[in-house]
Amino acid sequence: MIYQISHNIISSLGFTSEDNYRAVKSGKTNLTLQDKAFSLPEPFFGSLINEELLDAEFSIINTKSIRYTKFEKAAILSVYKALLQTNIAADAPNVQFILSTTKGNVHLLENLDGFDAERVYLWKSAQLIAEFFGNKNEPIVISNASISGASAQITAKRMLEANECDYAIVVGADMLSKFVVSGFQSFKALSRELCKPYDKNRVGLNLGEAAATIIYGKTAQQLPADTIVLAAGAMANDANHISGPSRTGAGLFLAIQKTMEDIQPEEIAFINAHGTATAYNDDMESLALTSAHLNNRPINSLKAYFGHTLGAAGVLESIISSLAIIDNTILKTNNLQEQGTVAPLNTPTENQHCNEHAFLKVLSGFGGSNAALLFKKTK
Amino acid sequence: MNAGITSYCRITNDKVIVNAQTIDVPRTDSSWLNDIYHAANISYPKFFKMDNLAKAGFLGAELTLQDVGIDKTEPKKNIAVVCCNRSSSLDDDTAYQQTIQNPADYYPSPAVFVYTLANIVTGEISIRNKIMGESAFYVMEHCNPQKFCSFVRGAFSDKTIDACLCGWTEYNNGNCDVLFLFVTRNELNDLELNIEKLYR
Repeated sequence: MIYQISHNIISSLGFTSEDNYRAVKSGKTNLTLQDKAFSLPEPFFGSLINEELLDAEFSIINTKSIRYTKFEKAAILSVYKALLQTNIAADAPNVQFILSTTKGNVHLLENLDGFDAERVYLWKSAQLIAEFFGNKNEPIVISNASISGASAQITAKRMLEANECDYAIVVGADMLSKFVVSGFQSFKALSRELCKPYDKNRVGLNLGEAAATIIYGKTAQQLPADTIVLAAGAMANDANHISGPSRTGAGLFLAIQKTMEDIQPEEIAFINAHGTATAYNDDMESLALTSAHLNNRPINSLKAYFGHTLGAAGVLESIISSLAIIDNTILKTNNLQEQGTVAPLNTPTENQHCNEHAFLKVLSGFGGSNAALLFKKTK
Repeated sequence: MNAGITSYCRITNDKVIVNAQTIDVPRTDSSWLNDIYHAANISYPKFFKMDNLAKAGFLGAELTLQDVGIDKTEPKKNIAVVCCNRSSSLDDDTAYQQTIQNPADYYPSPAVFVYTLANIVTGEISIRNKIMGESAFYVMEHCNPQKFCSFVRGAFSDKTIDACLCGWTEYNNGNCDVLFLFVTRNELNDLELNIEKLYR
């Protein structure tokens, strides 16, 4: 197992994990109709990080003469704020940076805007982020569609447990652009209003921008009693379709099975699922969770607070859920009116109290990828 | 065969090598990747709708598995698929950008967009071979055998995994650079050295 030392979220709901958690707990979202962004022919429903606020905070911490993109600024600021709460020297050789992103600076393909053409490469952004903190290890980039943020945490766990490093700084980030939004629009995957995860009338997802960081270490030394550990994590493939979710949930079920080997369903406080609010994803999850005998445990989705934050989602949603379990709280699924998945699920529509010490995070994505992470409170 | 690796395949712009044997690929007016597909006598029509990165990875996996003798029809939970490259899906990203660049000629295509996720290649390989173990896609500046090996070793930390189909899977702007390997658990010790040797 590996230990969460600190974390941060930069999103439309705030620039700290705690601000984001408080907003979610009070039922707030900044998902809204975006009719001016990216000069798209049709509007979309989503949430964007306020660039003026980001620039204002970034300019205070920036010590370099390099010009950064919004994606890089959000990732750097997120890591910076997570590091502030620790005494870790980020430039030490025992610290490994791991970047989770699907599209990085892809918006530069439309217009380089004075940036070097190399900036569209994901490893280049990762290098700039690590170099900002003086870290000289080659950063790792994982680009695994919607499960990237879970894959990155599993990679961190493996590297820490193999003694390849003592600290792993996992940062997940993706920004929206004409490229990303038009693609999801072409898929007819987007809802034109606030998304409705697990609802009978769900019609599609919302997109959101975020950068989120978790710093992991190998030991509990000097950490508070109610620290969160990543106890297990696994991935599996549906081997079924490159863009459509499995009709049986077999891949997600397999990932959950591997993750739940040493724990019983009744020990799980809640499952923070992917819950994109597309018809097929949510049905698929209901089948996989039923196969795993988890359909009676409380299940929630955070997508109607943040939208789908792509490469940041696995990290961001793990952080919000970690804060929730420390707070003994099961967060409701926002905007869920009438439960309606092919297999019925226990999806609370009000925040609830919980006493259990563990939660499960699951994600599924394009390429048939599925991931499950088991988190536990140390106390 | 070569010591320490069950099977491997190397594809560059001018040659295809499978387990130290150079494969003869007759050139036609079609693309290099299509020519390899025909030379290898593969029958999988879905190949032709793939983007170049998926085609390159698919061919690397097909040729690597040619003599391994895995049953493509039976679901397998004990094999992992791990790919890495330099350009992620930049080749298809550039193609997709063309479809949205000009407002007068705006036709975003879902068939092109889906391949703008780098890990789709791992999905294509998993579907073709019914592999249900984990699949992961990593990006790095250059093929670094030490990092590559660390990712593969990571896949084996899942104790249900007995073998890993792994590859440096680079395709961008007409430049193909692929090294695929089928590695079993007891071949991990020499893996880094073997990747270094075979990639050269």
